[in-house]
Amino acid sequence: MAAVLETTSLVRRFGGLVATDNVTFSLEKGARHALIGPNGAGKTTFINLLTGVLQPTSGRIVLEGQDITGLKPEDRVRRGLARTFQINQLFGGMTPMETLALAVSERNGGGRDWWRPLGRASGMAEEIGELATRFRLTDVLEEKTVNLAYGKQRLLELAVAFACKPRVLLLDEPAAGVPEAERQELLDTVASLPRDVSVLLIEHDMDLVFSFADRISVLVNGALFTEGTVQEVSTDPKVRAVYLGESVDD
Amino acid sequence: MLTILFDGIAYGMLLFVLACGLAVTLGLMNFVNLAHGAFAMAGGYVMAVMVNRLGVPFLLTLPFAFAVPALIGLVLERTLYQRLYTRNHLDQVLFSIGLVFMAVASVDYVMGSQEQLVQLPSWLKGRTEVLGIQVGIYRSFIIAVCSVLVIVLQLILTRTRFGSRLRAAVDDPRVARGLGINVSLIFATTFAFGSGLAGLGGALGAEILGLDPTFPLKFMIYFLIVVTVGGTTSITGPFVASLLLGVADVAGKYYVPSAGAFVIYTLMIVILVLRPQGLFARPR
Amino acid sequence: MASPPHALSSAQVSAALGRAARWNIPEILFWLVAVGAYFALPTRHLILNEIAILGLFAVSLDLILGYAGIVSLGHAAFFGLGAYTAGLLAKHGFGDPLLGLAAAAAMAAALGLVTSFLVLRGADLTKLMVTLGVALVLGEVANQMSWLTGGADGLQGVNMKPVLGLFEFDIFGSVAYAYSLAVTFVLVVVARRIVSSPFGLSLRSIRDNPLRARAIGIPVNRRLVAVYTLSAAYAGIAGALLAQTTQFVSLEVLAFHRSADVLLVLTIGGVGYLYGGLIGAVVFKVLQDFLSAITPQYWQFWIGVILVVMVLAGRERMTEKARDLVRRVTGRGRPTSGAAPAAGGH
Repeated sequence: MAAVLETTSLVRRFGGLVATDNVTFSLEKGARHALIGPNGAGKTTFINLLTGVLQPTSGRIVLEGQDITGLKPEDRVRRGLARTFQINQLFGGMTPMETLALAVSERNGGGRDWWRPLGRASGMAEEIGELATRFRLTDVLEEKTVNLAYGKQRLLELAVAFACKPRVLLLDEPAAGVPEAERQELLDTVASLPRDVSVLLIEHDMDLVFSFADRISVLVNGALFTEGTVQEVSTDPKVRAVYLGESVDD
Repeated sequence: MLTILFDGIAYGMLLFVLACGLAVTLGLMNFVNLAHGAFAMAGGYVMAVMVNRLGVPFLLTLPFAFAVPALIGLVLERTLYQRLYTRNHLDQVLFSIGLVFMAVASVDYVMGSQEQLVQLPSWLKGRTEVLGIQVGIYRSFIIAVCSVLVIVLQLILTRTRFGSRLRAAVDDPRVARGLGINVSLIFATTFAFGSGLAGLGGALGAEILGLDPTFPLKFMIYFLIVVTVGGTTSITGPFVASLLLGVADVAGKYYVPSAGAFVIYTLMIVILVLRPQGLFARPR
Repeated sequence: MASPPHALSSAQVSAALGRAARWNIPEILFWLVAVGAYFALPTRHLILNEIAILGLFAVSLDLILGYAGIVSLGHAAFFGLGAYTAGLLAKHGFGDPLLGLAAAAAMAAALGLVTSFLVLRGADLTKLMVTLGVALVLGEVANQMSWLTGGADGLQGVNMKPVLGLFEFDIFGSVAYAYSLAVTFVLVVVARRIVSSPFGLSLRSIRDNPLRARAIGIPVNRRLVAVYTLSAAYAGIAGALLAQTTQFVSLEVLAFHRSADVLLVLTIGGVGYLYGGLIGAVVFKVLQDFLSAITPQYWQFWIGVILVVMVLAGRERMTEKARDLVRRVTGRGRPTSGAAPAAGGH
């Protein structure tokens, strides 16, 4: 299978600290790939490098054969690399409907359209309807985002990223903080993401990792510690040693 | 030439005493206090009233020029300012502009809009020659007083317990709170002290800067320049910025009077664009 | 795909998204009253003219403050530049008002475009200082170039031609008010169209959360540059209106208190819905008129009191309440949860 997202010898230093240490990583097309590691392993830095929030000290990032190392975050999104955030980053004053309309219209280059009222673009309403159904937001489409239940906000977080029609979707702890009652809805939604989107899941929750991913990479001290199938990694004694004290469900 | 440098230094020192309280407000509580100049004006008017109407000797008025604004500052901080620390900058700007407008109109109402002229004692008047340079006696006096103030400030900040707590609080208020430092008390004290210093600066500077009800608006930009260009992480930054500004302003007005304040403002914009954190900020 | 019972039809989604773009009753009433004032208050055309101009100026500030979250202490820079542009054109024989407006808008937009790159760097405080600095530099330039601007004496000899070649400006300000009101109306119509477009929505999203805005592919800086430039052009036109209708320009158009006043005007009326600037202008001018009648010269004191009280009382909460009231009265806006989605229809 072809790699859709690759990094080559990616390094990021903060002063003397090496937060990302020579990471060469590849995400296969259509993959369900999880990136795990203890706290402080450099997962967040790695995501920030992929999305362009941070620039690497050295190394390259390639998306579908094109070098995106120097691109701004917004340009990477346009090329098909979208993300969700571990802590909700939503537009509190807007409704889910507006939020999705915005994402869809930006994807179609509609953000430069400063004259036609919102919602006139053809196909926009249909697409918002589909997104709302897929992410179970239909009944809250017109509520203010700040007033939504946390689980719904998490779903919206997923929906906004998905509305960018990404080839690669980075999910940063999608289930973090979601109350038990709303959890299953979220997991089902994640599990039913279409297969043409390649997913990199950054997660602490091993239940979710084992049920969702088919490959796992382990990051320790900024470096890639090991990589393999769920079966290989979950039985690897070295990984267990790294996670000693961490919550690994047996 | 050297006379200009000398005058510029006197002017810069004055600006520092006037503005250093603002540096703390901004650095410690991230509060944009556009009304800082009003405290300076208060000090100036306390001095002017005491000298002109009550006949108190100039030097004796200075402690009052410090104490009165400090007290006003303390009261306002406890009653009004502290409610706004957590608000956004727009609210802070609106609030402090409101205070300035009130101060300007009140002083205008009570004292009239004319400039206050203060008779300096005769021993502070005139010029003298030091090492072949013509220097004004009053400006030498200002340099002397302000230097003492700067040294005392520096000692307080670096040598005392209060100073180290203040520095800790400026660095990171949350951590400081965690260490059991009473940040709110430190801030009230510092706010009052800064207001007092501004008042003292206003009194000392009445002769050089002029004193009328529009004082807080006229000099607001200068104080802000000192603080934004100097940065708020130390007092050295604002001090150097004050001296630079003072010398540049005096020299500019002398050599290129037609350019006016143009040079200063342009320079400020350029510096802020190149170094948004200030000239002397520590790289983060 | 089976739709859940609550699902909205595509037509309903389109209607809901387009709702902000539709005219509502209070808005229409507002403009009817503004036109009605022309006939009802024939002796107050001069102050009505000032209100229209100040309103437009505040709307221009709302574009950057309310829709992009940039606090400016130097918006008078654009107002003043527009005023001098229109005034100088008219003085040197190009007295056609609309030509003057266009030139003022172009000059102010150019300044806005150039300075936007300076303003958009750095934190709030740096923005404040840079906007303030730009206005001060301009004020200083106007003062020094007295051969061109008349310096402290003001720009004399501004001779305006009739509006559209038909309506000569009169000393009662009647044509002036009609002209300013018409220009303000047209520009507000354009502005509301812009803010309810996808571009406008992207501005709101940037104000709400720039991090996420970037993460859905919005070029944040380019959008801010665009709206800053637009806002500058609006302010320039407001300045031009003042120069044309008073046939005089003084240094005061660039003064700090003009920047502060417009911030106050906008705050009184409420930030972020365009009409705040217009309503604020009415309240501000009426207050000014009233207060300076009681305590001439010291009315600034009361403005200060209003500012302080307004901030302490919670400015944003007040605006929010007022807006909710308007929504409830007109049935416009979002239905609360559980309400039928079609309630906000036609």
